[in-house]
Amino acid sequence: MVVAIRVALLGDTATQWMVQAIRDAGGSRRLDLRLWEADFSQIEQQVYDPGSALYGFNPQVVVVYQSAQKLLGAYNRMEPGARRGLAEERMAQIGSLRAAIRARSAASVIYYNYPEIDDGVFGNYSNKTDYSFLFQLRKLNYELMRYAMQEDGFHICDLAVLQLQMGRAMFFRPSVFVVTDMEISIEALPAVAEATVSLIGALYGRVRKCLVLDLDNTLWGGVIGDDGLEKIEIGMLGIGRAFTDLQYWVLKLRQRGVLLAVCSKNTESVARQPFDSHPDMVLSLEDIAVFKANWDNKADNIRQIGAALNISLDSMVFLDDNPVERNMVREILPEVLVPELPDDPAEFLEYLYPLHLFETVSLTAEDGERTKMYRTDLERSAERLSYADEAAYLVSLNMSSRVEPFNGFNGPRVAQLSQRSNQFNLRTVRYTDAEVLVMAGSPDVFTFSFTLEDRFGDNGLVCAVILRKMPEEGLFIDSWFMSCRVLRRGMENFTLNIIAGFAREKGYRYLRGEYLPTARNGMVSDHYFSMGFQSQGGGWVLDVQTYNDRPTAVRRIDQ
Amino acid sequence: MSRDEILLAVTKVFREVLDNDNLVIGETTTAGDIEEWDSLTHIQLVVAVEKRFRIRFGSRDIQGWATIGEMLDSIVAKIK
Repeated sequence: MVVAIRVALLGDTATQWMVQAIRDAGGSRRLDLRLWEADFSQIEQQVYDPGSALYGFNPQVVVVYQSAQKLLGAYNRMEPGARRGLAEERMAQIGSLRAAIRARSAASVIYYNYPEIDDGVFGNYSNKTDYSFLFQLRKLNYELMRYAMQEDGFHICDLAVLQLQMGRAMFFRPSVFVVTDMEISIEALPAVAEATVSLIGALYGRVRKCLVLDLDNTLWGGVIGDDGLEKIEIGMLGIGRAFTDLQYWVLKLRQRGVLLAVCSKNTESVARQPFDSHPDMVLSLEDIAVFKANWDNKADNIRQIGAALNISLDSMVFLDDNPVERNMVREILPEVLVPELPDDPAEFLEYLYPLHLFETVSLTAEDGERTKMYRTDLERSAERLSYADEAAYLVSLNMSSRVEPFNGFNGPRVAQLSQRSNQFNLRTVRYTDAEVLVMAGSPDVFTFSFTLEDRFGDNGLVCAVILRKMPEEGLFIDSWFMSCRVLRRGMENFTLNIIAGFAREKGYRYLRGEYLPTARNGMVSDHYFSMGFQSQGGGWVLDVQTYNDRPTAVRRIDQ
Repeated sequence: MSRDEILLAVTKVFREVLDNDNLVIGETTTAGDIEEWDSLTHIQLVVAVEKRFRIRFGSRDIQGWATIGEMLDSIVAKIK
């Protein structure tokens, strides 16, 4: 499914090539970016004029690019005594730009931070001199991070890191800058565009959720089946340090909320040995949501991992040292991202760092717990089998749900769920943090978020519904999306009971639903039919006045 | 590499970058003679020619060529 996203780019240097590069990068990620470019150096004019072409374009993402070269130019022209205020002054400008955009548009803002330039005036002493350019530039980058932390819908695209990774000589071409006012070299633009588009993609739900790992010569050196527990390289043995460092990186991803799975050609009991008993292993079995060690082909295993975790193939990344396996998975499952790995394991990490594998625009407190949640899911499924009667099983779960309108606390998770739910999602409209908050304050919209807790644990916020007022006493179900982890738990019935009851209480006569098919939401194609809606004019209608609550074992928790 | 060979190689680069297989350029050709050659594609041409001859132009080169002939002069001076 190609998504069209309106992106505006405003810069204080020549940006024509950048627009082109961003468009190309979008195409290769199957994002249909509708780009609008401001005239040269028109940032303020466009942002502060409510009637400007920028707002006429109605952007969903505004990319603001203020270059480090121009910042240096501004610094050069300042009185020496004023220079220690450069970062502060620029932060005030950025805050004011952001506020102006927020007042006129729900668009997310992407702001490039500043690649480092040392003008050499103070030498190393610039680190002890608060009015040196380097001091001010680094302060500015730090203040930008602090600002982004507390400002919803404001995201930094890290040019400083890109320049670090590719080197200044590659990033910046002085001769071209002098002639054309273009700061980023033609050679560097693809990487800058790629980073920008990863971020835009993440804003619209293109995030990867799961890292699938090979074991032998990927997570440790050597072959566990041949070399045995004592001989595999990890920790101090051989080049074990390379694998230890990789495992720490993987562990940090898990702690951040990325699901881990193992996919290895091995006998399962042998493959588990290092996790159980090698003292230098960093990862433990608790970190792995799904463990597949067998002699079947890896593409099948990866498909099964996706099914077990209820995630789609394009949200998976596969790491394997063996080029044959990599190519086979690429061939059979082109949706799975399979990074080429260098031959030397010592090079793995530096190769992986810049790939933007797990770009995201939000983290919630729940993310770190995700592996645990999936593991409890597997426990639940195991227990479900022992109950003859599904209804009795559901009652035994002792489920309860907190129902709340969207607000500043649940907003980020609602946005994240809207971006990540692909299967149980009736209309697949993606919302950003900023848009969720706008809806929370709108008198024409009613919003509902649902948590789900049971005796195995807290699933967190799992479902959201957005109702919009329609003319003539009806409410339109703008969005209804739910985490697939809570399918077949009676949550759908509970949700409908809540929103139908709400509509009735408020004096509305009907709910109107619509199903917009995508490549992935086939599971809800009959949703409204099976929930008792009547087909009408290409949509689905439910008379709330005569609606009887549907059976559910979920209880509502009062606030 | 003779001047004619250089012109031939530059022609090839121009055809590729400007996506026009019938493009003909000579010593006296200017940017004004070629529709697709604007300030934007200019930079692309510069980088592509640099790559082809493994040279790097300076800012005066990039800014200054009035004709293809002058570009050839720069290339000749650099590959010596």
